[in-house]
Amino acid sequence: MTAYLKLDHIDKTFTRGNATTEVLKDINLSIEKGEYVSIIGHSGCGKSTLLNIIAGLTRATTGGVLLENREVNSPGPDRAVVFQNHSLLPWLTVYENVKLGVDKVFAKTETRAEREAWVMHNLNLVQMAHAKDKRPSEISGGMKQRVGIARALAMEPKVLLLDEPFGALDALTRAHLQDSVMALHQKLGNTILMITHDVDEAVLLSDRIVMMTNGPSARIGEVLDVPLARPRKRLELATNAAYLKCRQRVLEFLYERHRFVEAA
Amino acid sequence: MNMTATKIDVETATPAVAAAPVVTMTPRRPPRAETYARMARETAARVIPPLVVLALLTLVWELVCRRAGSTLPPPSKVFKDTKELILDPFFDHGGIDKGLFWHLSASLQRVAFGYSISAVAGIALGVLVGQSVWAMRGLDPLFQVLRTIPPLAWLPLSLAAFRDGQPSAIFVIFITSIWPIIINTAVGIRNIPQDYRNVAAVVQLNPLEFFAKIMIPAAAPYIFTGLRIGIGLSWLAIVAAEMLIGGVGIGFFIWDAWNSSHISEIILALFYVGIVGFVLDRLIAGLGRIVTRGTAQN
Repeated sequence: MTAYLKLDHIDKTFTRGNATTEVLKDINLSIEKGEYVSIIGHSGCGKSTLLNIIAGLTRATTGGVLLENREVNSPGPDRAVVFQNHSLLPWLTVYENVKLGVDKVFAKTETRAEREAWVMHNLNLVQMAHAKDKRPSEISGGMKQRVGIARALAMEPKVLLLDEPFGALDALTRAHLQDSVMALHQKLGNTILMITHDVDEAVLLSDRIVMMTNGPSARIGEVLDVPLARPRKRLELATNAAYLKCRQRVLEFLYERHRFVEAA
Repeated sequence: MNMTATKIDVETATPAVAAAPVVTMTPRRPPRAETYARMARETAARVIPPLVVLALLTLVWELVCRRAGSTLPPPSKVFKDTKELILDPFFDHGGIDKGLFWHLSASLQRVAFGYSISAVAGIALGVLVGQSVWAMRGLDPLFQVLRTIPPLAWLPLSLAAFRDGQPSAIFVIFITSIWPIIINTAVGIRNIPQDYRNVAAVVQLNPLEFFAKIMIPAAAPYIFTGLRIGIGLSWLAIVAAEMLIGGVGIGFFIWDAWNSSHISEIILALFYVGIVGFVLDRLIAGLGRIVTRGTAQN
């Protein structure tokens, strides 16, 4: 079977002088088109490293990433990233930040007017069109992350990579943004890979949850299917048996079988 | 200790109580006259203290230098001696017998020329050193030694090389002001957050686009710090260099005045040198503020 995105026997070791640390060991994962997959694990387990490898920002020591059966090993807009700390360029306006990617990706295929319309379309998708002329320092953290999502979506990535996208936000903003991402996934059918350390977030958003063991030499410990119909409603799920069972499974994995020893 | 703690408590508590009802009120726009009055008060608060200090210093100077046998002229005599120079800065009697405007503009032209070259070369070298570890290892020790050489020490060498005063003076400006520009630019480039580099990598900016769209704006606050130090050093160096190379220029004007024992003219020239230096500094600072508006706020 050929998967849309395939992680093939990925190992990653960091070498500093004589000391080598094995961060990831034998990571195998296949993701189907349109799937929403979360990777969850304790901090330091190498999940961000894994995302960077998929994004092409870090090279795997051995093994590789296949996207539509082609190896990808350098960064590109087909695997756009939403960074944890939004990473908007502070000297550009919201509009210009999104346009930066659009201009590069669609430079040859679309006219200037089409590109401008496309930027606005994506800002509308995340309800940020009203702030298009503001600079990142003038909008709130949640809004910045919305713009970050718009920037990534506007590049029409084959896979959207979310690196703890809601980690730096307060609980209310986070819930609001999770609903937005769910709605976008429903509407656009993107393939999404999200790194998270929030159990509720993983269960609420994902089709599958990939649980990672603690590092060093982190592996995929377990992959859990989330058999919940979409669209999902946060409030209804709170009492849903399947939801609670999934949540229980992830919690057991994280806090019983693979407790984070250093945190104790 | 206890006293301070109590005091802070009271201070932080009061505004919170006072602020609460304000939130519900619609803010009233203050009348125009009130706004102007406030602006006038703020301006006065800035302008009056330095004026008072200046007046006091002039008074002291007058009292000290007005006694018989004083080596330096009092301000009243300075003004009397230099009245013609102050009132008519634009005269031109040929040779170096020109008004102060022409001397200052000749000096400013040299600075503009030398400083422009050093800004361009300094930023380019700074980018190279900031971006490449090997360039830094190779060049940085050299820069650290060269930058300690006093500006005037370069003058004989450049006179020997160029065999003319004008390019030598420009070279001295260049070599004096380039070091802070290089070093600050390099620090700015090295401090570009990895996040911005990641964004550029995902978007696949080419090196030229990366330079224009990420590197320069991200390092702009550092670059302008270097440019501001550089313009100050240029102005310091030009006055000294001109004393030696002669010709039209504020530096030689001072030297010429000394040779003809016109002490009052020297004092007037120093006053102008100070004002021009101050304006140059403000100019670059202001330019920096406009350019780095977005970057600095983050």
